[in-house]
Amino acid sequence: MKLDSMYQEIILDHYRNPHGKGLREGDAEVHHVNPTCGDEITLRVKLDGATVADVSYESQGCSISQASASVLNDLVVGKSVGEAQAVQEAFLQLMQSKGQAEGDEEVLEDAVAFAGVSKYPARVKCALLSWMAWKDATAKALGEQPAIND
Amino acid sequence: MTTTHTGSALTGLLDTDAIRKDFPVLQRLLHDDKPLVYLDNAATSQKPRQVLEALNAYYERHNANVHRGVHVLAEEATALYEGARDKVAAFVNAPSRDEVIFTKNASESLNLVANMLGWADEPYRVDADAEIVITEMEHHSNIVPWQLLSQRTGAKLKWFGLTDEGRLDLSNIDELITEKTKVVSFTLVSNLLGTLNPVEAIVRKAQSVGALVVIDASQAAPHMVLDVQALEADFVAFTGHKMLAPTGIGVLWGRQELLEDLPPFLGGGEMIETVTMGSSTYAPAPHKFEAGTPPIAQAVGLGAAVDYLSAIGMDKIAAHEHAITEYAIERLLEVPDLRIIGPRTAVDRGAAISFTLGDIHPHDVGQVLDEQGIAVRVGHHCARPVCLRYGIPATTRASFYLYSTPGEVDALIDGLHHVRNFFG
Repeated sequence: MKLDSMYQEIILDHYRNPHGKGLREGDAEVHHVNPTCGDEITLRVKLDGATVADVSYESQGCSISQASASVLNDLVVGKSVGEAQAVQEAFLQLMQSKGQAEGDEEVLEDAVAFAGVSKYPARVKCALLSWMAWKDATAKALGEQPAIND
Repeated sequence: MTTTHTGSALTGLLDTDAIRKDFPVLQRLLHDDKPLVYLDNAATSQKPRQVLEALNAYYERHNANVHRGVHVLAEEATALYEGARDKVAAFVNAPSRDEVIFTKNASESLNLVANMLGWADEPYRVDADAEIVITEMEHHSNIVPWQLLSQRTGAKLKWFGLTDEGRLDLSNIDELITEKTKVVSFTLVSNLLGTLNPVEAIVRKAQSVGALVVIDASQAAPHMVLDVQALEADFVAFTGHKMLAPTGIGVLWGRQELLEDLPPFLGGGEMIETVTMGSSTYAPAPHKFEAGTPPIAQAVGLGAAVDYLSAIGMDKIAAHEHAITEYAIERLLEVPDLRIIGPRTAVDRGAAISFTLGDIHPHDVGQVLDEQGIAVRVGHHCARPVCLRYGIPATTRASFYLYSTPGEVDALIDGLHHVRNFFG
């Protein structure tokens, strides 16, 4: 059934038990909305030198956007900013693949489960909401700490 | 799960078997084998063959620009375009055909009024001393133009709040509509809540202070008898695509003496009388407000749509939708964890029903329904203040029309049980 390609069990698991949810201390905070459906996220990034020390968030939205924020937290916390940005870029490419890409499991881990979502144009934004917020917040955090920009 | 079929006992239903044959898209199967259950009529309606044929015939036999040229096609195109105006005028019981302005949609109609009033001379001019009154249940198209007017002129924007039952709260009407009020603009039927608003109480109050009344009839014109004289409003806006016509054609009806006094908004071809390099004089209404080549084919399509609706009868369509809405509310309330956002009764209500389903996000509800061939709208429906008012991020909305059947209500209910199982 086609629906199962979008709502993979792994996505539903993250949706029911989101990882890292809740707002904690951070260096930068952003608020992003998806104007077409009203999904919202407030996201904070905490950097420790050039390492992503924490990504915390409060959000409301559909299962895809909630699960995606949970997977984001899993994937980027503990990585260097550079590595995390590479993961973000890989996830963006997967979501823009219109169902043509499978995603590199080495890089994307649980996030490859979102490959099926990329077939549904109306839902791609849901999956990307937290990742775009993270990208924005990270840029902001780096901007405020120019010393660690490299 | 058992499906009750009390739907077959409903009274006042139209012969939907016959009507549905006129709508080619309703024959579609989705996802290989699922019949389309189209419940997104408040967003846009489907189009009958009669409208599609009118569009085709226009382009295949009569296409020309209107109000210019002396050749056969130009005269035919002009007659068809102006004929559509006659049909719309009759449809809304306008005292004069010259009161019907064609626009591209209801948003443009409402923006046109707001701009007329912003540039008008006294006594209509909306300026820093003026107040504008709207309601919390408006579609964004009846909020943002007034916010823009308010920001540009300094006029104060005020609004009616909503009751917990999804009705307008008129308890503070005397504080809202005052001697300073220049214009009161409200929706006849809410696109999200489905509420049918009490026109008379608001119009009486507005008239008592000399304020103009603008009614957004986008969710009313397709579904019930619309009589602009009975409404006693000064302007009535609606759009074609929600009432079987193509996209790209809307209507603004306005009182003749106002249209004569108020200034044009868009300038260009068609709307002038004479032009010199220094200045211009303007054509009489409605042409004064129709700058540039209008949506000719779309207007012809709207004329055909009006013919189609009138042949069935707007009173019969309203009765059909009332029966379907009553049945749908009854069945929706059987679904566990389902909360209707808006009146939980079919009284004083249109055929759009919004709801939440436990904590399952409307996007997910809509996606699983789609898999079963059921098309609903999810989100804030361009009425985000209503969602904020009821403390919800979004809703799922099912909206019905003249071709909707009790069987489609049953399909929706079965679909919602499936959604609950899927995310349970």
